[in-house]
Amino acid sequence: MSMMDQPLLMTEGLGKSYGRQLGCRDVSFNLYEGEVLAIVGESGSGKSTLLQLLSTQMAPTAGRVCYRMRDGVTRDLATLGEAERRFLYRTDWGYVHQDPAMGLRMKVSAGANVGERLMAVGWEHYGRIRKSAQSWLERVEIEVGRIDDSPHTYSGGMRQRLQIARNLVTEPRLIFMDEPTGGLDVSVQARLLDLLRNLVAELGLAVVIVTHDLAVARLLSHRIMVMKEGRVIETGLTDQVLDDPREPYTQLLVSSILPA
Amino acid sequence: MERANTAMLQLKDAAKTFTMHLQGGIRLPVVAGVTFDAHPGECVVLSGPSGAGKSSILKIIFGNYRCDSGRVAVRHQGNVVDIAAAEPRQILDLRKNTIGYVSQFLRAVPRVAALDVVAEPLIVAGVSRDEARERAGALLRRLNIPERLWMLPPSTFSGGEQQRVNIARGFLPDLPLLLLDEPTASLDAANRAVVVALIEEKKRKSVAMVAIVHDDDVREQIADRVVDVTKFAAVA
Repeated sequence: MSMMDQPLLMTEGLGKSYGRQLGCRDVSFNLYEGEVLAIVGESGSGKSTLLQLLSTQMAPTAGRVCYRMRDGVTRDLATLGEAERRFLYRTDWGYVHQDPAMGLRMKVSAGANVGERLMAVGWEHYGRIRKSAQSWLERVEIEVGRIDDSPHTYSGGMRQRLQIARNLVTEPRLIFMDEPTGGLDVSVQARLLDLLRNLVAELGLAVVIVTHDLAVARLLSHRIMVMKEGRVIETGLTDQVLDDPREPYTQLLVSSILPA
Repeated sequence: MERANTAMLQLKDAAKTFTMHLQGGIRLPVVAGVTFDAHPGECVVLSGPSGAGKSSILKIIFGNYRCDSGRVAVRHQGNVVDIAAAEPRQILDLRKNTIGYVSQFLRAVPRVAALDVVAEPLIVAGVSRDEARERAGALLRRLNIPERLWMLPPSTFSGGEQQRVNIARGFLPDLPLLLLDEPTASLDAANRAVVVALIEEKKRKSVAMVAIVHDDDVREQIADRVVDVTKFAAVA
């Protein structure tokens, strides 16, 4: 069996309860390289809690998350030391926040925001770092002339694209996205979605994307998990779940989309 | 029978019912007992009035609708995969390498140029971007889409132009099974003839096809066999 036949990320019986309150319960799935998985549901469905568990920002109270590291060894993420965990985040993982200000350093230039990730993995040559930053700005359709400007001077859509460049520069294999188009105007959203779609396909990234927007899920994802009250209630191919929803709640979600 | 072993596609007692939970759990039976096969190099045309479930059958084969029971066996890289029981990952792989689908309507992505809409399945299958675009352009030209439109998103196109973009996207990759849902519906005579010629070429390349066509003339030209879908009517 080749590496590609083995999952990159695996969860088993994953759950989190906050005292008596339930975050999410009994989530099990495998994610393979090149696969985009959308987690959809309304606020309070547990999808954000799940994303935090997967990305080790929160420890589960039940079950586990395993990840196949770059050396091919699959590890239970709970057993990673703090340094190993940080290394994963600096190299093999990306995290795109809904609010770009959370994922960017707003006080340094756009170029430095991208270059910083390279320095963190040991790049030293200034010229090469700048060149790579430039090429990434181009790829996310930011004018290279804006490289020395601070993200404060950028529009919301540009900031979001910069955050994506910052995440992708280290060639990660797995990206977590939390409502990446959430705060943007519709026209800006379309551009960002198109960009994300191409980058994900070209780089063969695995993505876990949390969204309440089924149109975003349809455009970007291969598979969908529908969450309600902390549980996964329906899962399958994205077009299958959206065109042939089986559960009452999924039917409600799908039928609630307003036609344009 | 010898021939059965060589089928590209074999449906056996496939059935589909929709349960509408928002309408008090009403059950809408679509089809039941769907049984037919399609062999390499032949075009099987599904016939029956609107609402008989023809499009639903294509969607079941493509894995777009879930199959409630029965078997939908497709030859895939030396194995036989039952779509009715396949994992999402397998279905994605089948769509990449084995099954093509020309839907009735193009679901265009905002901002993506027509040329790239057509080239995308080739790129996904590993063909270089330049080569994929070149082949996409050649097919668009053949389908009489003027070159000045290639770099525009098809959402701005007329119905007939969108349908031809959709046809180009479906016909471009060399896949052994092709599903066609009214590919000539909104086309003029000249473009209908192009589509008929494309189907002929696919037959010569041993592609198995399942098609829905309302135009008697086109059906006459492409059908090797007609399967009457009304015999698969599901009873409520």
